[in-house]
Amino acid sequence: MDILAQQLVNGLVLGSIYALVALGYTMVYGILELINFAHGEVTMIGAMVALATIGFLTGIAPGLPGPLLVGGGILVAVPACMLLGFAIEKIAYRPLRKAPRLAPLITAIGVSIVLQNLAMLIWGRQYISFPQILPDYRFVLIGAQVTGLQVFIVLLSALVMAGLWLLVEKTRLGRAMRATAQSREVASLMGVNVDRVISATFVIGSALAAIAGVMVSAYYGLAHYYMGFLLGLKAFSAAVLGGIGNIAGAMLGGLLLGLIEALGAGYIGDLTGGFLGSNYQDVFAFFVLIAVLVFRPSGLLGERVANRA
Amino acid sequence: MRTALELALARLRARPRLAFALLAILLALLPLLTGATLGRAWVRVLDLSLLYVMLATGLNIVVGYAGLLDLGYIAFYALGAYFYAWLASPHFGLHLPFWAILPMGAAFAGLFGVVLGAPTLRLRGDYLAIVTLGFGEIIRIFLNNLNAPVNITNGPQGINMIDPVRLDGLSFGSPVQVLGLSLAPVHLYYYLFLVLTLLLIFIAYRLQDSRLGRAWAALREDEIAAAAMGINARNVKLLAFAMGATFGGLAGGLFAAFQGFISPDSFNLWESILVVCMIVLGGMGNIPGVILGALLLTLIPEALRYLGDVQRALLGHVFVDPSDLRMLLFGLALVGMMLYRPAGLLPSRVRRREFAAVDGVAEQEQADLYDSRA
Repeated sequence: MDILAQQLVNGLVLGSIYALVALGYTMVYGILELINFAHGEVTMIGAMVALATIGFLTGIAPGLPGPLLVGGGILVAVPACMLLGFAIEKIAYRPLRKAPRLAPLITAIGVSIVLQNLAMLIWGRQYISFPQILPDYRFVLIGAQVTGLQVFIVLLSALVMAGLWLLVEKTRLGRAMRATAQSREVASLMGVNVDRVISATFVIGSALAAIAGVMVSAYYGLAHYYMGFLLGLKAFSAAVLGGIGNIAGAMLGGLLLGLIEALGAGYIGDLTGGFLGSNYQDVFAFFVLIAVLVFRPSGLLGERVANRA
Repeated sequence: MRTALELALARLRARPRLAFALLAILLALLPLLTGATLGRAWVRVLDLSLLYVMLATGLNIVVGYAGLLDLGYIAFYALGAYFYAWLASPHFGLHLPFWAILPMGAAFAGLFGVVLGAPTLRLRGDYLAIVTLGFGEIIRIFLNNLNAPVNITNGPQGINMIDPVRLDGLSFGSPVQVLGLSLAPVHLYYYLFLVLTLLLIFIAYRLQDSRLGRAWAALREDEIAAAAMGINARNVKLLAFAMGATFGGLAGGLFAAFQGFISPDSFNLWESILVVCMIVLGGMGNIPGVILGALLLTLIPEALRYLGDVQRALLGHVFVDPSDLRMLLFGLALVGMMLYRPAGLLPSRVRRREFAAVDGVAEQEQADLYDSRA
């Protein structure tokens, strides 16, 4: 099996998931200049709710086909997370919009802790395995083994991202979002209901996070109350890599970060003569993040000036 | 608004010598009283809370004085602890004396503070928070994995059998008889930690009032104005990171000696966040507040353990494991504090004014305080 091709495929799949989560960070940052620290946890809640739904559906209607079950899980997880995103913004961020910048960051950390521990109380400390319900299609593409799930993840992310693109560029809400991102004051003078736009941003971002959460738990076959934290950090790094506040940047950054991680994990052993192994995979995202912030704080596609960071 | 506590403090402030004597007696007797009434486990908790006071005082220099939100602070605690473990355990077969390692470990952590601080100099506010968080995680991942091919950290198993503190032939590893009293190791460590904590608090106070302390405050309020006044922003920021890291490294070395065992698990992100919580809860930038925050957040979770008994008594069954509730309550407390008392329980005077600002100008100023818009 060709290692390079295999790692490219893995990186692409991972990258599409990162991109979906990164979009949530970037949209919120673009409008509020706030790092929604709790976004990773929304992803985790999405995965947990979907798993619970799948368990429930298998319980009441045994024999349903796997893809239908997963679809049902997504259909419940998405509105649940949308509601959660709405609530987080309303409770933890809206009252602090005029407070010093440290304040919402600290409430964000607080919300993140609360969500994690609630999930732990509800679903327990142990890893929850994703049931083996999806059909196991496999085929070989340019020397790499590709599973049906991988194709599905990439296609669904592409579809969702295309939908988001249309929403932001072509609809009234999208125009209001872009206006709010440029200037909240002027947008509100033009008759944009800024509060509603901000809520909508959180709700949309959370929907994407829910889908990503289901994907990641299906891909790794696991869900855990702690899974959102690292995923969130990596997605944030991806958003910064692409240029935070820039929607195309988040997509590009996510894909790139996925590829960097997969290739890095595949080759780090050879590059360092066996000194560092693939167990350092999680370090790459942080190095990318730090390198971008130090050398090009505006990110790849960001047009904002350096001293913003 | 003045609370009863503040009134009592004001009354004592009028007679500083009496207050000082009372405090000294209280602190000296505290472990003995605690050990006699609540048991030795609580003396251990006191020891740990002193370590957290040291950590919080150190982080307060970075976050409270200089206004740099550091979410990876626990890395320096970890480095101090590992440094001690390397030089005083069978892991490398080295057994250097305590008094020699501790300052070296603090300096080692301080050096890392500069190394990790240097790339972040241009970052402010939330970006800085995320990058420092990343650094903290990187250090932890390395500690977790540096057991092969050369075994430096012994990986996830951690380092075992670390030497206890030994001062002038007196080993803290076994009980000592003083004046007819048998002092257990936890008591001995309490007094050692107490002396060092007081020393660090003293240093922190002196730093606050020093030329450097004023430079930090200026930098926190407005970096550009501070630079225009001739403050070398780079050096002053690096000094803040270095000082904070030194405090952390010192506490880490003590932790290693006290526990006798360390592993990367003790230094995860939540520990960093816990220390940040202590500062925020108590009142950023104000040392009494920070001490209060550190004590509250170490003592409350211990007291929460009794929630299990309460559940059993009331409901006949333990429904929620109290240790699971700990972080949940912390999270709620963080959100609640920020919403209702953002300056902390004992805020510093400056910060109280900032958070209480009502008119438009002050509002703009406070919005810019941690703003990345330069």
